Amino acid sequence: MATLKLDGLKKSFGDTKVIHGIDIDIAEGEFIVIVGPSGCGKSTLLRMVAGLETVTSGEIQINGVRVNDLEPMDRNIAMVFQNYALYPHMNVFDNMAYGLKIAKTPKPEIAERVQTAAKLLQLEDFLQRRPRELSGGQRQRVAMGRAIVRRPAVFLFDEPLSNLDAKLRVQMRLEIRELQRSLGVTALYVTHDQVEAMTLADRMIVMNDGVADQIGAPLDVYKNPATTFVAGFIGSPATNFFGTDEVTVNRNKALMSAFSDAERAVLEKPATMIGVRPEHLQVCEPHDAYLTLSVNYSEALGAETLIHGKLPMGTAITIRQNGHLPLPEGGQELGAVWSENSVMVFDQNGKRV
Amino acid sequence: MLLLLPQVLVTVVFFFYPAGQAIWQSLFISDPFGLKSQFVGLGNFEYLLADRFYRASFATTAIFSGLTTVVSMGVALYLAVLADRLIKGSGVYRTLLIWPYAVAPAVAGVLWLFMFNGRVGIVTWYLGLMGYDWNHVLNDGEAMGLVVVASSWGRISYNFLFFLAGLQAIPKSVIEAAAIDGAQFWTRFRTIIFPLLSPVTFFLLVVNIVYAFFETFGVIHTITSGGPQQATTILVYKVFSDGFVGQDLGSSAAQSVILLVIVGALTIVQFKFIERRVHY
Repeated sequence: MATLKLDGLKKSFGDTKVIHGIDIDIAEGEFIVIVGPSGCGKSTLLRMVAGLETVTSGEIQINGVRVNDLEPMDRNIAMVFQNYALYPHMNVFDNMAYGLKIAKTPKPEIAERVQTAAKLLQLEDFLQRRPRELSGGQRQRVAMGRAIVRRPAVFLFDEPLSNLDAKLRVQMRLEIRELQRSLGVTALYVTHDQVEAMTLADRMIVMNDGVADQIGAPLDVYKNPATTFVAGFIGSPATNFFGTDEVTVNRNKALMSAFSDAERAVLEKPATMIGVRPEHLQVCEPHDAYLTLSVNYSEALGAETLIHGKLPMGTAITIRQNGHLPLPEGGQELGAVWSENSVMVFDQNGKRV
Repeated sequence: MLLLLPQVLVTVVFFFYPAGQAIWQSLFISDPFGLKSQFVGLGNFEYLLADRFYRASFATTAIFSGLTTVVSMGVALYLAVLADRLIKGSGVYRTLLIWPYAVAPAVAGVLWLFMFNGRVGIVTWYLGLMGYDWNHVLNDGEAMGLVVVASSWGRISYNFLFFLAGLQAIPKSVIEAAAIDGAQFWTRFRTIIFPLLSPVTFFLLVVNIVYAFFETFGVIHTITSGGPQQATTILVYKVFSDGFVGQDLGSSAAQSVILLVIVGALTIVQFKFIERRVHY
């Protein structure tokens, strides 16, 4: 168990800056998820903490000790790789025991620790098998087991579930969370899947192009995204963005009612964006509407329906409504309102007002 | 079947027919001009196995092929590990290291012969400066050393290519996982990299031994001609010298048959005992 602190962490490959300065204080036992699209630098950040990439500037501290120049093995961390990185020529037992053997742990203790981990991960029957004789989920568990037996201060996960099928992913997600809770080990988890981020994280770091756009608890990030990027990335389907010129009917009411004075001041300026989540829009009578859209098509998912359409100036918009409401047809004109306190205003730089 | 025909035809014409001829001839003694021959049954074999020089040639072959295989594979693996760790300029090194493979064995033999020549060889001259009198024409060990080095040299390129490909096929994350698990470079090499390279190593072992047995003829012929005093006469070279120089075609054929049996046996042994330790 340990605290982890990143202080002004930067990374460049030659002239290319990939990480522009990350600061975060991670408490003991906290589960931090780094989420972002491919190429945003999230894996690089994790690999810097692991010691597999050098630090260009800034500092990494584990338990208050600067570890920038320590070898991976001296940082007291364990890492689970995307492709599991199991040793293919060793059986499950040897895979898990490898680190302990190198650390010259006494044999009975190795056996005991591996057994305990195997029991925890339901791998007891597979200890003599080679990785290639295991299913994807079992390999994933072996990789976890290898991390657990070393009793590290920090767990690092590099997209550990992305090679699993959807059903298994949901199951392993729960198992990882439970395991981390029961062991109380600080964890840093990289993913591009916002659902994983929402469900696993105590706090999440939303990364965009080497910058931490927002750091916070999942629900806070969902409710109060700091930038258009975060608003668009977290939540599915993505948040709708449109300019004030798309608000054509009941314009005054729409613009006056929903916004604070500060927001209204910004709304006057060009390139300002209004953001509304699909679930915060409702279809209504045209004379009550703030927005009018022509429906392109509707997706009936059973419990809910997604209505995809176009606003008058051509911006695409999505409405998410309850599945039992009537299904609009393509070409139909609809009116829509947003629910109170659900609209967000972003200035010309994409920052939330 | 029809598609296999060209390959089958080639094999029959260039392998089965000569092999059959060799077996047939090994049962006869023919006169030097090839005008008549006399059936002697296994007489050629009996004579051969009783021959002191022929038995010595077995030991020479074992030493020669063992050394050549170990040297060429060892050096190639070392270079491949170094080249694999390179980030900049690895393409240049790779190209340079592959070049020797393009040199024909006989030419390579002459090249090394020049360097170690007793009168004009540059290496001999330097050794002389350091007080060492090199003369592979008289010294058994030096002659053996020189043919081993010369035959290994071109082989290193070939082995290097395979080792490098093998190294690059090992997932980087597996090595990183081992580093996180606390393994230093040498431990990683011993416990992870080398075992994962074992299919490549095994393949190269088989190929290199066959090479040392058969294809080093050119090197030996140009450098030592099997001398001094048969010290570098490996079995294949003896087939040549007895058959074409000594004109004892029957004995030469019998030797080919023995070689065929040895290589067959060696390959079976390798597949039976060493392959078990290979992780695919």
